[in-house]
Amino acid sequence: MEIGLTQILFVSCALFFIGVYGFLTRRNLITMLMAIELMLNAVNINFIAFNKYVWAGRLDGVFFTIFVIAIAAAEAAVAIAIIINIYRNYNSIDVEDADVMKF
Amino acid sequence: MLSVTNIALIPLIPLASFLLLGLFGRKYLRENSGWIGTVALLASTVLAFMTAYNYFFVSGQVNGVYQKLIPLKITWLQFSPGLSIDMGILLDPISVMMLVVVTFVSLMVHIYSLGYMKGEERFATYYSFLSLFTFSMLGLVLSCNIFQIYIFWELVGVSSFLLIGFYYDKPSAVAAAKKAFVVTRFADLGFLIGILIISFYAQTLDFGTLIERLTTPTPQLHSIIATSFLGASALTWGLLLIFAGGAGKSAMFPLHIWLPDAMEGPTPVSALIHAATMVVAGVYLVARLFPIFAMSCPGALEVVGYVGAFSALLAATIACTQTDIKRVLAYSTMSQIGYMMFALGVSGYGGENGLGFMASMFHLFTHAMFKALLFLCAGAVIHYVHSNEMGDMGGLRKKMPVTHLTFLVACLAISGIPIFAGFFSKEEILTAAYEHNKLIYGVALFTSGLTAFYMFRLYFSIFWKKEFNTEHSDEHHSEGTWSMLTPLILLGIASLVVGFIPFGNFVTSDGEKISTAVNVVFSVTPVLFAVAGILLAMSFYQTENNMAEKVSVAFGEFYRAAYRKFYIDEIYLFVTKKIIFNLIGFPSAWFDKNVVDGSVNLSASLTEDTSELSRNWQSGRLQSYMLWFLLGLMILAAVFVFF
Amino acid sequence: MELKDLIFYLLGAWILVTALLSITSKQIFRSAVYLLFCMMGVAGLYFWMNYEFIAAVQIVVYVGGIVVLIIFSIFLTQQVGHNLPSPKPTQRIFAGLAAMFAFLFFWAVIRQYDFAEIETGSEELSVRRIGEEMLKYQDGGFALPFEVVSILLLAAMIGCIVIAMKAKPEKTESWL
Repeated sequence: MEIGLTQILFVSCALFFIGVYGFLTRRNLITMLMAIELMLNAVNINFIAFNKYVWAGRLDGVFFTIFVIAIAAAEAAVAIAIIINIYRNYNSIDVEDADVMKF
Repeated sequence: MLSVTNIALIPLIPLASFLLLGLFGRKYLRENSGWIGTVALLASTVLAFMTAYNYFFVSGQVNGVYQKLIPLKITWLQFSPGLSIDMGILLDPISVMMLVVVTFVSLMVHIYSLGYMKGEERFATYYSFLSLFTFSMLGLVLSCNIFQIYIFWELVGVSSFLLIGFYYDKPSAVAAAKKAFVVTRFADLGFLIGILIISFYAQTLDFGTLIERLTTPTPQLHSIIATSFLGASALTWGLLLIFAGGAGKSAMFPLHIWLPDAMEGPTPVSALIHAATMVVAGVYLVARLFPIFAMSCPGALEVVGYVGAFSALLAATIACTQTDIKRVLAYSTMSQIGYMMFALGVSGYGGENGLGFMASMFHLFTHAMFKALLFLCAGAVIHYVHSNEMGDMGGLRKKMPVTHLTFLVACLAISGIPIFAGFFSKEEILTAAYEHNKLIYGVALFTSGLTAFYMFRLYFSIFWKKEFNTEHSDEHHSEGTWSMLTPLILLGIASLVVGFIPFGNFVTSDGEKISTAVNVVFSVTPVLFAVAGILLAMSFYQTENNMAEKVSVAFGEFYRAAYRKFYIDEIYLFVTKKIIFNLIGFPSAWFDKNVVDGSVNLSASLTEDTSELSRNWQSGRLQSYMLWFLLGLMILAAVFVFF
Repeated sequence: MELKDLIFYLLGAWILVTALLSITSKQIFRSAVYLLFCMMGVAGLYFWMNYEFIAAVQIVVYVGGIVVLIIFSIFLTQQVGHNLPSPKPTQRIFAGLAAMFAFLFFWAVIRQYDFAEIETGSEELSVRRIGEEMLKYQDGGFALPFEVVSILLLAAMIGCIVIAMKAKPEKTESWL
C-alpha cells in the first residue's frame, strides 16, 4: 500500500491519544508533563504531514511546527518552575495532593 | 349665613385642633391644650347653632317641606360615570339636628374635662383624641355618600378605640378597647357587604340617588327585589347587613358586648361617645336610609323593630342587677337606644305615618342631653369617692348638692316623668308603638317601668341609702371645680327644657310638619308604670334594709343569670376559642407553617442537596477536570462533524 | 513492499511503542529516557519525510533541551529511585475508554477523506528559504509570529525565574 497522508495521520492520531491516556492516568506531575510533550509532538507531525502532502508549495506547516516547538519549550520551562514551587510547598509532586482548589 | 365655608368649617375646626394638639400638644402646648380644644369646639358649636337656626327657621323650607340640601359635593374616586365616591355635605333635618347635638355635648365634655382630667400627664393627647372624635362624628352626620359615611364610621371607631384604651397601662382598658374595636369591626363587615349589595344594584353610592332609585319603581328596584338568595330578596339582605353594621355600633343584641366594657375609658369619654353620640350612629344610619326601609322593604324594618325592643328589655333587666354605676348607665344607654331603634321599626313613611321616625329622633335628642348629664354626674361622684361601686357610696346628697340636683333631674327625665324632657319623647314613641305593634308596645311599657326602677335604684344608692363613710376620700372635700359643675348645670337646664320643643315641626320622615299633641289619657299608663318603679326603688334603697336581697333570692337563678349578663360574653368566648380557633385557626396555622413555609424550606433544602451532590465535581483534581474536558471536546467535535 | 514503506512502518512502531512505554513505566527516569527515544523517533520520521531542518530543530530543542530539562527537574525534586504509584483501576478504565473512544471517532472521520493535493511545490525546502520567509514582513511572511514568539520566550523566562525564586530569608539582627 502506498504510504500516504492517511498512514501518517494514523501515527499522529495514535500518538496524541496515547498522550491523552498518559495525562489522565499518571499521578506524578513530571510524567504528566511528558505526556503533554507527546501530544505536542503528535500535533507537529500532523502539521508537517499536511504541509508535505497537501500544501507542498507553502511553508505554513513548517513554520507552525517551528513555533510550536518554541512554545513547547517555553511551556515546559514554566511548568517545571511551577512543579518546583509545588514541591517546595507540599513536599510532594503527586497530583492528588495538589487539590486545594476544590469546594 | 348659610355659606358653604361656614358649614364646612364645622367639622374642619376640630380636625385642625386634632392636628395641632396631636403634633405639638405634648411638648409645647401642654396645659393650654385644654383651652385650645375647648375654644375650637366653641367655635364649631356656634357655627352649628347658626346653621341650625338658618336651616330650620330661615331658608331650609320650600313650601313648608324641609329639603335635603347639598351645598358641597366633591367627586373623589370615580369608578364609572354613574358610580363615584364623593365627599360632601348633606343638610337635612336629621343631620342638622345631629350637628347641634354633637357639638353641644362635645363642648360640655370639653369644658368638663378641663377639671376632670387636670393633672393627667397625657392631657394634650386626650384633647387631641376628643377633637378627632368630634371631627369624625361631624363628618359622619354630614355625609352625602354612603361610602363617605363608612369612612367616617371607621374613623369614629378608631377614635373610640383610642379613647377607651386611653389608660393604656391598665390591661382591662386595653382589652376593652380591643373588644370594642373587634366587635364593631366585625359588624362593619356586614355593613360593607350591605353597601356593596345595595350600590351594585342601584348603581350609585350617593344617598339622594340611592333613595330615589330604590323607593320609586325603577329598573334598579325591580332587579334588586327580583334577585333572591336563600328566600330573601337582595334588598332585604343588603338592608339587614347594613343594619347589622348599625347594630354593632349601637350596641344592639347580640353585638352589645363591647359597651359595658367600654366604661374603662375616662368618664367624660363615656359621656360623649358611649352615651350621646357614637352609639346613636347606628340609629342615624337607619334613619338616613329610612325611606328604603319603610317603602321597599318592610320586612327588614320589622327585624329592626324586634331587635331594638329585645335589646331594650334585655339591657333593662341586666341593669337592675349591676353594682358598678358606670355599668348601670351603659346598660341604660343600650336600653334607650333600643327604644330609638324600635321606634324606627314601627314607623311608616310620610306624614302621620312617620310618627315613629319623629319620635325616634326626638328621643335621640333628649337622650343625648340627659344621658350625657348622667355620665358627667357619675364622673363627679367617682371623682369624689374614688370608686365606681355603689357599695362605697351613699348619703352624698349633703356633700355634693349641685350634682345631686342635676342627677335627680336627669333621672326624672329618663324615667319619663311629665315636664321633664324624656316624658315627651317617650310618649311619642309609645304612641307610635301602640298604633303599629301591640307586642312591642307592651314590651316598651314594661321596660319603661324597669327603667324608672333601676335609675332610681342608682339614685337612692348613691345619694341616700347610708351615711357617707369619709375614710376613703380625704383630699377632695369639694364637689368639683366650676369647670365640672357648669356643664352639669347647662345640661340639667337642657333636660328640663328641650321636651317642649315642637319636634314634629322640624324633624320628620319626609320633611313635612306633623302635629304632636300630648294625649293625656294615653300617657297615664306609662307614667303610672314609672311612678311605680320609682316607689319600689325608694322602698328598697332609700334606707338601708334587706328587702332587695330577699327579692333577689326569690328570683333565684334568673337573678344570677341577669347579674352575669346572661352569660353572653361566655358564649362568645366559647365560640371563639373552641370553635373558631380550633376549627379554623389551628388548621390555618398548621397549613401556613407546614405547607407554605414548608414549600419554601423545601426549595431551599432541594437546592442545598443538589449542591451537596454536585459539588464533588469540583474535586480540585487535575485529571478529572481533563477527563471532562475531553468529553466536552468530543461532544463538540461530534456536533461539528455530524450536524 | 518498498524499503521506504518498511522504514516508515518501523519508525511508526518505534514511536508508538516507546510512547506507550514512557507513560506506563513505573520508574520516572526510565519514563524520561523512553520519551527521549520517542522524540528521536519523531525526528527520524521528519527525516523520512525529507524535512531535514525540522528534524534538526526537533533534535536540538526537544531532545537536547526539553527532555534534559525534565531530567533536571526529576533530580531537583528527588524523584529518582522509588517507584511511581500506580493509578487506580477505575481511573485507568475510564481514561482508557475515553482515549480509545476518541481515537476511534477521529480515525473514522479521517478515513472518510482522501486528501487530494492542493498546492504542488517545486522547490526543495532549504534553510535559506525558511530564513527568508521567517523574516519577510510582506505578504505571506512570518515576521509577526516570529516577534510574538520572541516576546513569549522573554515572558516565559522571566516568569520561570519569578515562580521558582526562593524567598529571601529575613535579615535578623545584623552584625553585632
